[in-house]
Amino acid sequence: MNYKRITLLAGHYGSGKTNIAVNMAMELKKEHEHTAIADLDIVNPYFRTLDSKNELEAAGIRLIVSPYANSSLDIPALPQDMYAIVDDERLYSIIDVGGDDRGALALGRLSRRIAEENNYDMFLVINKYRPLTPDAQSVAEVMQEIEEAGRLKFTGIINNSNLGSGTDAECILGSLDYAKEVSELTGLPLVLTSVEEKFYDELKGKIDNLFAMKLQKRPVD
Amino acid sequence: MKGNEAIAEAAIQAGCRHYFGYPITPQTEIAAYMAKRMPKIGGTFLQAESEIAAINMVYGVASAGKRVMTSSSSPGISLKSEGLSYLAGADLPALVVNAQRGGPGLGGIQPSQSDYFQATRGGGHGDYHMIVLAPSSVQEMAQLTIKGFELADQYRMTSMILADGTIGQMMEPVSFDFDIKEQPAKPWATTGTKMAREHNVINSLYLNPELLEKTNIERYKKYELIAQTEAMAEEYLTEDADIIIAAFGIAARVSRNAVNEARAHGIKAGLIRPVTLWPFPSAVFAKAADHAKQIISVELSMGQMIEDVQLATKCRVPVSLCYRVGGMIPTPDQVYQAIVEANEKGGK
Repeated sequence: MNYKRITLLAGHYGSGKTNIAVNMAMELKKEHEHTAIADLDIVNPYFRTLDSKNELEAAGIRLIVSPYANSSLDIPALPQDMYAIVDDERLYSIIDVGGDDRGALALGRLSRRIAEENNYDMFLVINKYRPLTPDAQSVAEVMQEIEEAGRLKFTGIINNSNLGSGTDAECILGSLDYAKEVSELTGLPLVLTSVEEKFYDELKGKIDNLFAMKLQKRPVD
Repeated sequence: MKGNEAIAEAAIQAGCRHYFGYPITPQTEIAAYMAKRMPKIGGTFLQAESEIAAINMVYGVASAGKRVMTSSSSPGISLKSEGLSYLAGADLPALVVNAQRGGPGLGGIQPSQSDYFQATRGGGHGDYHMIVLAPSSVQEMAQLTIKGFELADQYRMTSMILADGTIGQMMEPVSFDFDIKEQPAKPWATTGTKMAREHNVINSLYLNPELLEKTNIERYKKYELIAQTEAMAEEYLTEDADIIIAAFGIAARVSRNAVNEARAHGIKAGLIRPVTLWPFPSAVFAKAADHAKQIISVELSMGQMIEDVQLATKCRVPVSLCYRVGGMIPTPDQVYQAIVEANEKGGK
């Protein structure tokens, strides 16, 4: 993928933003020496970029994350070094924005600078199988809420439709029409379809712009 | 979907159109889901000024005969406990969710099972019980929510979903292919007399002690019937088991892996997973005690359910405890080691 200097991922909570962010950061690092991943989630204290701390650090990716993430202190704190994203123009970063409009509020601190520089992409991550975003109309509502709260316009869509451990190729293929409808209704291009890497070979050729991901977290058995 | 969302969606499908709550981690997704959905389906979502206000709003809607729920996590459930007692005293059906976190006090936001005593013994003041259901998967979060509403209406009492932070937060595929029964008539509800009947009175205050005694005794007859008919447990490889694990919720999922590991090493291990914590599936444990050499209670607490296991088996079999607390979860290996030790000890 051709990355802009800043790539933001936002969407309904549980849509898979964090997994995509970590995988994108790994890819971005191959192209750019100074790569960072920023976790601006002020909503959910549980599933955080920090879960992948070891892999990210080993890859030499800078981790911008609240000192309270993954601690038991449940407060909506932002990382103090998040201004590096806009201040340090050498830095290419992936920003994992928190869920829904509440999560996107945190973006308001940076959105003016990001918009002024205008070297960014903001992707709406969608999952057909999440209960509150099953159709294009509901996605469009979430999109509008996030744009209003975060004060930044989306530039594309990432279809991350999956059913967790119950995902199969058919389930991913069954989401393509949905992604297309979302794209038509919102006027945003479908940039990627992200899938767990084990489905990549099976789906290659059937889906354009397929993005293979290593899953960072596994459900408890 | 997330476990918390599964509860919220199942409640809506069960006909619940009234939700009152106050945010607390790790159950806030229930409130967030209701806030999005209720206005679209003609329901009411209200974020109350406190947990205490929310539970009393539940009391109001339950009195009017409508399906109603609230949800919270451990410290919030303590705040609601007065209301739980009033609901019991007024024989009102309601559904209350507790996605437990570590305690006591503010504790922590990580998962726990240390509200077992609070839930199974009633929680608030006075002689009463709640039906306590313990899901161990996201699918069961949905299923037991529906069951909880049905039991609550059937017996005019509170059903509690005793979940934990893990099951509330984790995501699994869920099927909503439920056969939802029609809601029963509630001739006792305060729906307006239309000048055609006497007033229905919902109350938990008794000025006459003889009447209060009689009401309590009758309520306990109902509890006895529930204990005989509604206890549920899942048994896994228990038939020939020497070592039996007792575990519910997330602890049961971990234990199941440990049982498989033990079986792979030739140890006859099995698992009893109580689905109802009150009524406790005592008969299942009593039967298992006929052949088991040891029982291990695996809990995310300092040992609460273990007392019910000991009571159910009348201490005929040694019962030991395997635990983690403070938001920590036992690993399958920890439970497996406990099985190995128990097996070496032998027992009765």
